[in-house]
Amino acid sequence: MILFGLIAILLIGGLLAAAAGRWSRDWPRWIALAATSIGLLISMGLWMRHAGPMAVLPPTPIAWLEQLDWRWIPRFGIRFHLAMDGLSLLLVVLSFFLGTVAVLASWREIQERVGFFHFNLLWTLAGVVGVFLAADLFLFYFAWEMMLIPMSFLILLWGHERRVYAAIKFFLFTQLSGLLMLVSIVALVLTHARQTGTLTFQYADLLGTAIPPRSETWIMLGFFIAFAVKLPMVPFHTWLPDAHTEAPTAGSVLLAGLLLKTGAYGLIRFVFPLFPRAAREVAPIVMTLAVVGILYGAIFAYSQTDLKRLIAYTSVSHLGFVLFGIFAWNGLALQGALMEMLAHGIGTGALFILAGQLQERTGTREIDQMGGLWQPLPRLSGAGLFFAMGALGLPGLGTFLGEFLVLFGTYPVSRWRTVLAAIGILLATLYALRLVQRVFHGPNVHNWILPDLSVREMFVLVPLIVSLVWLGLYPQPVFDTFGTTMKTLQQVVADAILAQAR
Amino acid sequence: MQRADFTALLPFILLAAAAVVAMLAIAVTRSHRLTLSLTLIGLAAAFGSLFLVLPIAPSPVTPLLLIDQYALFYIGLFVAAGFAVALLAYGYLEKQEGRREEFYLLLLIATLGAAVLAASSHFASFFLGLETLSIPLFALNAYVQHRRRPLEAGIKYLVLATSSSAFLLFGMALIYTDLGTMSFRRIGALLSGNPEIHPALLLPGAAMILTGVGFKLSLVPFHFWTPDVYEGAPAPVAAFIATVSKGAVFALLLRAAAGVPDAGPMIPAISVIAAASMILGNFLALLQDNVKRMLAYSSIAQMGYILVAFLSAGSGAVETASFYLAVYFVTTLGAFGVVTLLSRPERDADLLNDYRGLFRRRPLLAGIFTAMLLSLAGLPLTAGFVGKFYIVAAGGASARWTLVLILVVTSGISLFYYLRVVVALYARTEPTEAPIPSLSLLGIGLVIVLAGLLIGLGIYPTPLIRVVQAVAAGFGSG
Repeated sequence: MILFGLIAILLIGGLLAAAAGRWSRDWPRWIALAATSIGLLISMGLWMRHAGPMAVLPPTPIAWLEQLDWRWIPRFGIRFHLAMDGLSLLLVVLSFFLGTVAVLASWREIQERVGFFHFNLLWTLAGVVGVFLAADLFLFYFAWEMMLIPMSFLILLWGHERRVYAAIKFFLFTQLSGLLMLVSIVALVLTHARQTGTLTFQYADLLGTAIPPRSETWIMLGFFIAFAVKLPMVPFHTWLPDAHTEAPTAGSVLLAGLLLKTGAYGLIRFVFPLFPRAAREVAPIVMTLAVVGILYGAIFAYSQTDLKRLIAYTSVSHLGFVLFGIFAWNGLALQGALMEMLAHGIGTGALFILAGQLQERTGTREIDQMGGLWQPLPRLSGAGLFFAMGALGLPGLGTFLGEFLVLFGTYPVSRWRTVLAAIGILLATLYALRLVQRVFHGPNVHNWILPDLSVREMFVLVPLIVSLVWLGLYPQPVFDTFGTTMKTLQQVVADAILAQAR
Repeated sequence: MQRADFTALLPFILLAAAAVVAMLAIAVTRSHRLTLSLTLIGLAAAFGSLFLVLPIAPSPVTPLLLIDQYALFYIGLFVAAGFAVALLAYGYLEKQEGRREEFYLLLLIATLGAAVLAASSHFASFFLGLETLSIPLFALNAYVQHRRRPLEAGIKYLVLATSSSAFLLFGMALIYTDLGTMSFRRIGALLSGNPEIHPALLLPGAAMILTGVGFKLSLVPFHFWTPDVYEGAPAPVAAFIATVSKGAVFALLLRAAAGVPDAGPMIPAISVIAAASMILGNFLALLQDNVKRMLAYSSIAQMGYILVAFLSAGSGAVETASFYLAVYFVTTLGAFGVVTLLSRPERDADLLNDYRGLFRRRPLLAGIFTAMLLSLAGLPLTAGFVGKFYIVAAGGASARWTLVLILVVTSGISLFYYLRVVVALYARTEPTEAPIPSLSLLGIGLVIVLAGLLIGLGIYPTPLIRVVQAVAAGFGSG
């Protein structure tokens, strides 16, 4: 019930915000803030309750911490089944955290159709939370698609110059790949039904379905492409720079911080456990593409002149590490991938907020137009330096830990790819330092006289800074929470491979 | 005929009576409002009578009609759609000059024809129903006489409908020559029992019937009339053609095909038609600047989707197709409802410009139109998604993966043109000429109800699924 509450609070909050937008500009903001922060409190409470290592593996295939199971469409064996384990718990906490941040960050930026804006923001968030909680494949697809439309609206209505192009591109890429996933879901369910005689979309039931190898690869690809587009994996990444650049600040925060994570989540939750053999089979190719993504994203980030575009390309690079780690599929690499997901969500979200704040003040996103901003904006520039360090993987911050663990885990799997990926960290230093140098350092040639961070903006950035440091210095609670889930998922995969070998 | 037969015929009797009463009322006094009320009462009574008939279903009435749950479901659908079109037409005709009342007469008669089609189990009632449906449509298409386009649409529809009827008749004659019967059940029995039949006559006959039906359903390659007629016809009439006319013919097609034990050589032909309709319909829709033409091409594609359901195995076909058709009715009526509401006295709102920036002027209508378009595209939270999911599941279960993939890819392409309209709805620029038409309250109420249905079925489709499952369970060929 509490899981339904997490989603319902966002949906209802969205409707209330839309309704309140008719009378006032402030009310929708407060309503949205209330919805996201209540959600944050609830999810933090859940985390507290389930804190600590959960040593014993339960007999059921998946150890759900909380769940809720309602009848929905009995005709197809579809149930409204929400369930939470360590992995989803962490990502739900991240969702509400970034959601709250996104509401606060757009407090001043959005002045038009405020109610509808917050409606879309909250509904996107509801879709994201639904994706992380769904334990029924139909429900998962439902939530997967549900976050799409409001997100496109965020870009389409409140975006920058080329918003229409960016919104349509984003929508088509994700929708088309999503449709392939739908076909794959149906194929998987029908295969399972043919073997057992029961039609079910339940995740736990579908685990361990023995699929003929040829169809397994095809069915897996349907899922994989949907997740690879969202992640994004090179060469499916081209929607990302446009969407991130044109979206309003809150949109970029949600996109980079959460929507990309849904792709990674799907790979961990579905692709490997459901199709262990096929996933292993494509792993070398995918890991190569992941390394290409790491290097490609970093090189392109270095050559951008548009601040938001630069940050967008760093996402391609960082998510390459996540993909690399997931497909190595061992303990260290998976922990690293998860840490990278969380740290990237926080760090890149913060960079987009800073870019938004800079654009609000200077009216431009062009790096060449900036420079020398440290003098008028010491606090903002300090934060900028901090998050640039986060992006380049400074030890002591979450990103470092994530990338380090990923490389640690992938080294035994693929030595040369790991070496190349490590070069990506080097390149990250280049683009991050270039960003700091060109934007904040140097003489103030444009004679900028700008207001520094307000109390509200500090209030947005400080928690982000604190949590990034916390992830870097004391990550144990995260690993504890993730641990059981990771072990069960690995167990599922190992069992399935054993069963197939027999 | 017995008493029970009259009970079974009650929906038809009420529809016919409503037409007669409305006609007499027009003879006494011309009042738009009175005629509308009588029409609505007649349709509502016919709808209510379905529940009286339900306990005695299935009951064959003469060899011509079979009143079973399947027939009752479709009659209900057509009557409800007729009700919606009448509501839409009121506001639309109020803006027009000239005589408005006869519109409802024609509408009632056409609905009666559709109802007969849904219940027919014999070539004779098939043809009778089809003509009762088509002939009022000639007049309805051209109802707004002072405009040029409706007249053109009327004539085009007249010529093509008549020629498709000719094909149908010839096809029926060939089959009758071969088998000596016109009852669907007998045909099915003869085909399954007797391998010694002359395919030389049977196959051309079936192909000709398929041609005639293809015209009505506007399937590729018989689709050429569709965009012109949709563009020219008054928006409520276009809504009626898109829903009731196509739905009735499809209901009949399902019934006629149910008796045939092994469609054999027809299956590849229908598969090709389905694939071509999905591909061409969606690609040509991309090229349209006119919203009504776009909806026309999109309906061609939608019919292709339904054919995929038609091709799936066993009772799944009836269940899936019925579900999809019901959803398609809601969506199409809603989309044309918005078009109707925004239409001006001198022309229909069919240009993309009419919708540009609508969200600023009429957020509610823009939201509803968005929901309808997204449902046509098959996005979640709308009933269209569940419908498409149903088809994918049915197609997958009968291992028609090629068709399923074509469906998925082309409906991905369809997003392009639906999004074009959606983007225009939310554009920041106001159109140059932006007279806000006064909106009819009846029409607004209707589209709100339809949008509610759309979202409701999108979130919790189980009630409708139960109904179509019951329909499929009690389905027979007569």
